[in-house]
Amino acid sequence: MKRKEEKKLGAFSYFYAGAIYLFLYLPIFMVVGYSFNTNDNNLVFKGFTLHWYGAMFQDRSLMSSLLLTLELALVSTIISVVLGTLAAIGMHRYDFRLKKTLDNMLYVPIVIPELVIGIASLATFTTLNITLSFWTLVIAHVTFCVPFVIITLRARIAGFDKSIEEAAMDLGANQFRTLRRVTIPMLMPGIISGALLSITLSLDDVIISYFVTGAGDTTLPIKVYGMARGKISTEVYALFTLMIIVTVLIYLLSAAVRSAAAKRQR
Amino acid sequence: MRITRKHTTETTDNKGHRGDILCLVGPLFLWMVLFLALPLLYVIAISFLEKGVYGGVQAIFTLENYTALWNPTYGKVIWRSIVLAFWTSVICLLISYPFSFILSRFSGKYQGFCVLLIMLPFWINQLIRLNGWSNILRDSGVINTFLLKLGVISEPITMMYTDGATLFGMVYALFPFMVLPLNNSISKLDHSLIEAAHDLGASRISTFFRVILPLTLPGIFAGTIQVFIPSLDAFYIADVMGGGNSTLLGNLIKDQFMAARNWPSGAAFSVILILFTLLVLKLYTKVGNLEDLA
Repeated sequence: MKRKEEKKLGAFSYFYAGAIYLFLYLPIFMVVGYSFNTNDNNLVFKGFTLHWYGAMFQDRSLMSSLLLTLELALVSTIISVVLGTLAAIGMHRYDFRLKKTLDNMLYVPIVIPELVIGIASLATFTTLNITLSFWTLVIAHVTFCVPFVIITLRARIAGFDKSIEEAAMDLGANQFRTLRRVTIPMLMPGIISGALLSITLSLDDVIISYFVTGAGDTTLPIKVYGMARGKISTEVYALFTLMIIVTVLIYLLSAAVRSAAAKRQR
Repeated sequence: MRITRKHTTETTDNKGHRGDILCLVGPLFLWMVLFLALPLLYVIAISFLEKGVYGGVQAIFTLENYTALWNPTYGKVIWRSIVLAFWTSVICLLISYPFSFILSRFSGKYQGFCVLLIMLPFWINQLIRLNGWSNILRDSGVINTFLLKLGVISEPITMMYTDGATLFGMVYALFPFMVLPLNNSISKLDHSLIEAAHDLGASRISTFFRVILPLTLPGIFAGTIQVFIPSLDAFYIADVMGGGNSTLLGNLIKDQFMAARNWPSGAAFSVILILFTLLVLKLYTKVGNLEDLA
């Protein structure tokens, strides 16, 4: 029956799916196209050039934004993963009085509009006379990334065999050793996907960063937000094209590693 | 953190583990209280205070920030935001449902790739992608230049910096969040049920409304929530696509905090936004599961 259903997919279905992908990817093609255009006015394609890729590295403020964005994503992801993994293990193993409270607090950043978290952080930092800086960005990013790390880990922990941990302890491993050598390695796939999710969220965040970014430091999305109403310089298109290429390469690499690992297991 | 008993049979499980619990859960708990719960409570408190002379607040209780919300200009902004969020959700649903249905008919490997193609743009900055559309749609953009050269039109058609452009931007940025839960729901659909409906003589239309649609409701609800809530506060989409012409609730809150430096008023709008979100979620929990939203 399923085969018969598949055959029913007519030309219109393919056309419709194609149109959706065109809708999604057309602006991305534009950005990629502009980045290779000799014409800085970027509307008409005059000729192919790699000039903007060189110019991009000369643009100090663009490079420092890029660096800041990457550092921010890395630092806040590391903190989120450490806090999130420990808490996910604790919440799975034990029951404690404030568990429900913690659970509810973790849902808040997922369901509430980001804007509210942004202004709440801004108001608090300002009132406490904390100067907005890299670290205020880190604090805000960890706060909205950590729930997603925990949710990802929970799916993994749910299918967890407690007896393996117990066996380790019976064989004389102490708590810490069990955690380090047994629990965390078993959770690794969940930790990695949680970390990837956290990096993605941090790299692309506009709303929360907008409120807690310091005077000197701006993240890449905030820089683009500043330019997006007027004209975006062609170097920025080049930078994002490079980031697209890197993303696709990372994906292909991880897919290759996964399929190689799957083959070895067989 | 005090420890309670899980079940009477498991009392031994928790005894003597206070230290462990504190080490494992304590840091995150402290973090969430300090950087999430207290700041949110502070915003609620601010909304009942008077504004300070140079920004900030004065510790004088007032309800003025809320009574000011009856001001028709503000009321209009709130209403417009809700209407826009509504249409964004409806359009996202209408374009995503058939699409997810088509995806579900593809074979496994091919389908995975197609879903990946929907998620891939998440890794590319939203603003850059919206700017790509702006280059296509603006007065001197690709479409207008092309049509002018062909002589189809003599004046550029204004598409950017309108409410329509804001709606377009919202749909563009948010519809993948509709596709993913819908695809989840639709691929789980048991095709034998559809066959059964056909065998029992149901027409295609009544099969859709009486069998397929009810079975995929969880996906529809989860997707709608994931589109509706972000579209209430995505001020940058209104800024980039609608120019100054589309002021929404998100823009209003942002401007009260950043430009007007009227924290209490911005806080009052935020409280309204939170209450509205909670109301929507409350309605949602009657029909769906919060876990599906993450």
